[in-house]
Amino acid sequence: MFANRFITFFLCMAFTPAAILSGCNSAPKVNEAEVSLKLRSIQTRSYDTTNTNNALRVAMATLQDLGFVIDNADADLGTVSATKLDNAATKMTITVRMRGKTQILVRANAQYRLHAVEDPIFYQQFFTAYSKSMFLEAHEVDAAAPGL
Amino acid sequence: MTPNFCNLKQLAAVGLFFSLAGLTGCASNTIPPDALLMKEPATEIRQRQARRYATTDEKQVIIAASQLLQDLGFNVENSAKDLGLLVVSKDRSAVDGGQVAGQIVVAVLFGVRVPVDKEQKIRASVVTWPSADRKAIDVRVTFQRLVWDDRGQLSKLERLDDPEMYQDFYIKLSKALFLEAQEVG
Repeated sequence: MFANRFITFFLCMAFTPAAILSGCNSAPKVNEAEVSLKLRSIQTRSYDTTNTNNALRVAMATLQDLGFVIDNADADLGTVSATKLDNAATKMTITVRMRGKTQILVRANAQYRLHAVEDPIFYQQFFTAYSKSMFLEAHEVDAAAPGL
Repeated sequence: MTPNFCNLKQLAAVGLFFSLAGLTGCASNTIPPDALLMKEPATEIRQRQARRYATTDEKQVIIAASQLLQDLGFNVENSAKDLGLLVVSKDRSAVDGGQVAGQIVVAVLFGVRVPVDKEQKIRASVVTWPSADRKAIDVRVTFQRLVWDDRGQLSKLERLDDPEMYQDFYIKLSKALFLEAQEVG
């Protein structure tokens, strides 16, 4: 009986650090997964406008409305990055680029704490707010379509 | 005596222990459903954070804002003139006399050392935008801060919402621009 308890205790003590560490391995997670077409669709909308500068300014205004502080923006590259601190950090990047001659593509991606946000509702909420500020309707995008 | 490894209770206990240990290794990283929602209406927040100036010179407004923020001890981290953006930050002490006194009292009464705030980084972004009629420039500033305790751990990540802080900023910006600020609805 004593031997059983001793072995159980020994196992717990021996493997606990391993169990804790296995919860977060320290591999450099550069290529975390195959590029998911579904995730790209979730994160992207198209709008019937060609004014990318305005689209970026609206992105900054929307992010400020949602409690973010803008970190960085580049009109030439069409990017805006922002962080929201609300007990934890949520970081978002918005990119804007032309799609053909009459539309722009707006893509948003986010990370919360140490993880990529893949929840469709999160992006839906963002694009609802963004579309209201753009005074334009967002179009869902087929990620497999050419040009995306 | 040969130990009985198939004792279900023991296995269950070990399994539970390992599961809990694994969970404590990583805090919840699932984004809360209300992560993008604000506790007060967007219009009220905008009224607090934004003002309108009767000028068409957007560059002049950004320069005045950068001068003012330098007066306030901020360093410019980033700027994008074409998008009307200025990002600044400053590092300051976060030591609070009350907190330190509390730390001493707790240490004396309970023999436990509780951490207290030590350093903070305050960040701000200023965004300017020509108004719809192109006769004025809207300015919106937002502040946030990160606080580290005396063990080097992040103890606070928060937006700064104090209305007086924003009011004070715009009083100073109005003086710098020689223009009166109007509220933005």
